[in-house]
Amino acid sequence: MRGRYLPVAAFAGLIVAIQMATHFTGSGYHLTQLTMSAYYSLLAIGLCLLVGYAGQISLGHAGFFAIGGYITALLTTHDLSSRAGGASRWLAKAGILSARIDLYGGELLTVHPWVACLVAVLATVGIAYAVGGPVLKLKGHYLAMATLGFGVIIYRIVLGTEFLGAADGISEVPPFAILPGLEVSGKAALRVPNYYLAWGLVIAGMVLLLNLIHSREGRALSSIHGAEDAAEAMGIPTARYKLSAFALSAAFAGLAGVLLTHYNGGIGPSEASVMKSVRYVAIVAIGGMANLWGTLLMSLLLNYLSLRGYFGTYDDAVFGAILILIMLFAPGGLLRRDLLEEVRDVFRGNGEKAS
Amino acid sequence: MNPDLFFQYVVAGITYGTIYAVVAIGFNIIYNATGIINFAQGEFVMLGGMTAVTLSRFLPLPVAILGAVAVTTVIGAVIDILFIRWLRGPSVLRMIIITIGVSILVREAALHVWGESVRALPYFTGTSVTSIKMGNVYISPQVLWVVGVSAVAVVALSAFFNYTMLGRQMRACAANRDAARLCGISAKNMVTLSFMLSAGIGAIGGAVVCPITYVQYDSGTPLAIKGFTVAILGGIGNSAAAVGAGMILGILESFSIWVLPAAYKEVISISLLLLILFIRPSGIFGSAEEARLKEF
Amino acid sequence: MRRKRGFICAIVALALLVGAGVQAADPIKVGAILSVTGPASFLGAPEAKTLEMLVEEQNKKGGVLGRKIELIVKDSGASPEKAFSFAKQLMEEDKVFAIIGPSTSGETMKIKGVAEVGKTILLSCAAAEVIVNPVAKYVFKTPQKDSDAVVKIFQQMKTMKISKIGVLSSNTGFGKAGEEQIMKLAPEHGITVLASEVYDKAASDLTAEVTKVKAAGVEAILNWSIEPAQAIVIKNARQIGFKGPIFQSHGFGNIKYVEAAGEAAEGVLFPAGRLLVADVLPNSNPQKALLVKYKKDYESRYKEEASTFGGHAYDAFLILVKAIEKAGKVDMDAVRATIEQLTGVVGTGGVFNFSTTDHNGLNIDAFEMLTVRKGKFVPLAN
Repeated sequence: MRGRYLPVAAFAGLIVAIQMATHFTGSGYHLTQLTMSAYYSLLAIGLCLLVGYAGQISLGHAGFFAIGGYITALLTTHDLSSRAGGASRWLAKAGILSARIDLYGGELLTVHPWVACLVAVLATVGIAYAVGGPVLKLKGHYLAMATLGFGVIIYRIVLGTEFLGAADGISEVPPFAILPGLEVSGKAALRVPNYYLAWGLVIAGMVLLLNLIHSREGRALSSIHGAEDAAEAMGIPTARYKLSAFALSAAFAGLAGVLLTHYNGGIGPSEASVMKSVRYVAIVAIGGMANLWGTLLMSLLLNYLSLRGYFGTYDDAVFGAILILIMLFAPGGLLRRDLLEEVRDVFRGNGEKAS
Repeated sequence: MNPDLFFQYVVAGITYGTIYAVVAIGFNIIYNATGIINFAQGEFVMLGGMTAVTLSRFLPLPVAILGAVAVTTVIGAVIDILFIRWLRGPSVLRMIIITIGVSILVREAALHVWGESVRALPYFTGTSVTSIKMGNVYISPQVLWVVGVSAVAVVALSAFFNYTMLGRQMRACAANRDAARLCGISAKNMVTLSFMLSAGIGAIGGAVVCPITYVQYDSGTPLAIKGFTVAILGGIGNSAAAVGAGMILGILESFSIWVLPAAYKEVISISLLLLILFIRPSGIFGSAEEARLKEF
Repeated sequence: MRRKRGFICAIVALALLVGAGVQAADPIKVGAILSVTGPASFLGAPEAKTLEMLVEEQNKKGGVLGRKIELIVKDSGASPEKAFSFAKQLMEEDKVFAIIGPSTSGETMKIKGVAEVGKTILLSCAAAEVIVNPVAKYVFKTPQKDSDAVVKIFQQMKTMKISKIGVLSSNTGFGKAGEEQIMKLAPEHGITVLASEVYDKAASDLTAEVTKVKAAGVEAILNWSIEPAQAIVIKNARQIGFKGPIFQSHGFGNIKYVEAAGEAAEGVLFPAGRLLVADVLPNSNPQKALLVKYKKDYESRYKEEASTFGGHAYDAFLILVKAIEKAGKVDMDAVRATIEQLTGVVGTGGVFNFSTTDHNGLNIDAFEMLTVRKGKFVPLAN
């Protein structure tokens, strides 16, 4: 029991250590990219559950991210003040709508971010259930194509629809006030609270997923990955479990989309593109497929470096190269248990071979 | 809609459809030999076009195209030898991701070799304004080239697979790898050959389509997506069906403009793909039994 | 007592000297967020090359106000989230004095608020009207107004007695913005839009779209896009036998598009900055000297033809340098206010006249009506 949470505590320590380091070297600006990286990691670990543990490949997860982000962006920027009337006044009183001033001093009446977030995540999960039902009946390449197709449809819809901003996307999305004084936004002054909020959420997600994997449901998922027909023969309701994993990973993606949209202050169709979906799956693969910690650490590192422009114009190339190298030489990832044990034995100076 | 307009739409549909079909045929070759869907297929098409443009600067056009096909074929072999050949029993997931990685690498390499600007080949016959008029319907001669070359490719391929020793060996490998190996057929060589063939077909397609559109370092990916939509629509592995499915999809997309804004054109094709996957994954022309027998 | 005072004075003087010396060596950091690779690379790559060339040239002349310019280019790949991340990085980490770019309207809109709140000068190379309307104090743009381009085209159409047109626009920010302006301005110029289709920027064939527009019985086609796919529209239109004039937007200003369209590009009409026809301008034209020099330098250094897109970055840098020199100090508020006071600045896009309400500075005179003859851009002789 305790052993399972030790890595969580270690990781939390790492997060705090990073923040302290940036504080003492006066380089707090790194927190911006680290926070954005956290939200992408939230999606990645959810995807890891689906692709790595349940073995269901999804090449369209950027679609769920986009659904979450676009719904919240639309609801929190669409001005309802022109539809004045009893309904909107009542809704405003109920806290569902909120009034604010925009960048140019105009007054707006929009949906409150909390409500928008709820609607967005529920919609994402709802769509996941609706789409997942028929899609998850497919296997292998067919499943890959179907999920890819789903992602492309979402991309085309957000790219082609006028009130979703078409090619420009939606900008000027307001900050998301979680509590008085704490809001999800990109403001420089709120860097540290946003950093901890984002990574706190990721850690909570990790705890949830770790518990899930080690529970009966988690083992059922692994058995589905290993041999679906055998699992079905053992009485496991495979279709239901696959669907639940799909919906859960979609929820993670949708939530990540909502929060990152508020952080960035906007979203564009590029968040739903095929390249993004491929990137997410690639990160899970580089992390080692069925390896939550590997996925998390790789996501943190690669997204952070990419967002800082570390690789310059070679960003995609480096990505592709790492992907190929890992898939060819270390498909289990670099953080494999046996690899770590070997290293541990070397340091212990045992001389005995790892069992 | 008057008949002239109708036929013009049909011609437009055939144009799109043939382009997609050429890419789909490339997918099918590799799939038949290996069971892998090669996500880098679109890059072969792009390489064919790009290399042809570069070679056409100092070689006459037909020689440049042949050279482009040769170069791309070699690249196809290299990709197989470097990345696929020595893998042992890889899972579907791993193969999908490896080919995705290859496609990313090839695209980025093309970016840094050729830069980001667009290039175009001259039309094989005539220019960009000539068109053949049949009644009140206009067809560019290049479209006839695309259709013609694809038809020749399909016929040549089926002749290859049915009547030559090598082709039959490849089919044996696809049907039952172990039995084929027991017969002394080198499975690994067959796989390499399938990559070369697929790359070659892709390159021819790229070169012949290039005058109609243009080629850019990232024009491979959208084509690949359409290509495997068509391959699955027709029943994956079946090249003649791919041509048929390509026509159907192309004409559907073409007529969809009449009712929906063009922005949603791709939504139509993907929705059709999803429909087929849910109802009849073996494809429009595929046989359900045959599909069940295949590994993936 | 006197010795101590003298000593202190010497220390202070020394400190000032050292401080001033350090100041002089301290470079002015200018950030650039451009789509050097990715779907908008035909914009970002020439822009990045132009900036590198200009910064080098400026530094050879001793920099600005005695300080060298340090250019930091970030490749956003037309991705708004990267643009956001780089904007924050440039502002908070590199503490740049100004940001040039981004290349696309979508990205610019994402960081417009960021630059405004962070009080950093942003000189965008993207064309959308909304970048400067409503006006944000720190945000400027250098490409010409879409509405001016549209009016120029409509004026030409009137001369050619064309009143019924079909519009084809691409599904990008540029295409969308243009289509809006066209629909808005058509009635007052006596133009009726009989058909309007949006096409995909990655399309391989557009015969169906063009057929639909032709079937509406239009006298001319107006094709509004900045991507390579616009060449396909031209080819398809001619192939299905459309004989009327084809108009393009100022997004056509790249000779590669003419090459891609081949013969079909002959006779295409479009408004553009004068860079493309610099050599044949009359010597009295104020822009000629600058344009000819830019073309020559760019082409000899990068072995490719200059396009109007690179010119947007040229103008951004030019305006920044002129404003700093005029303000006399490297202070963001002062320079920002100075930009608004700049008039008569000769750039590649036209002659700029800024004001507190006009953060673009160009009007319809920035455009010259051009056409394609024998595969080259030439001014339209009226």
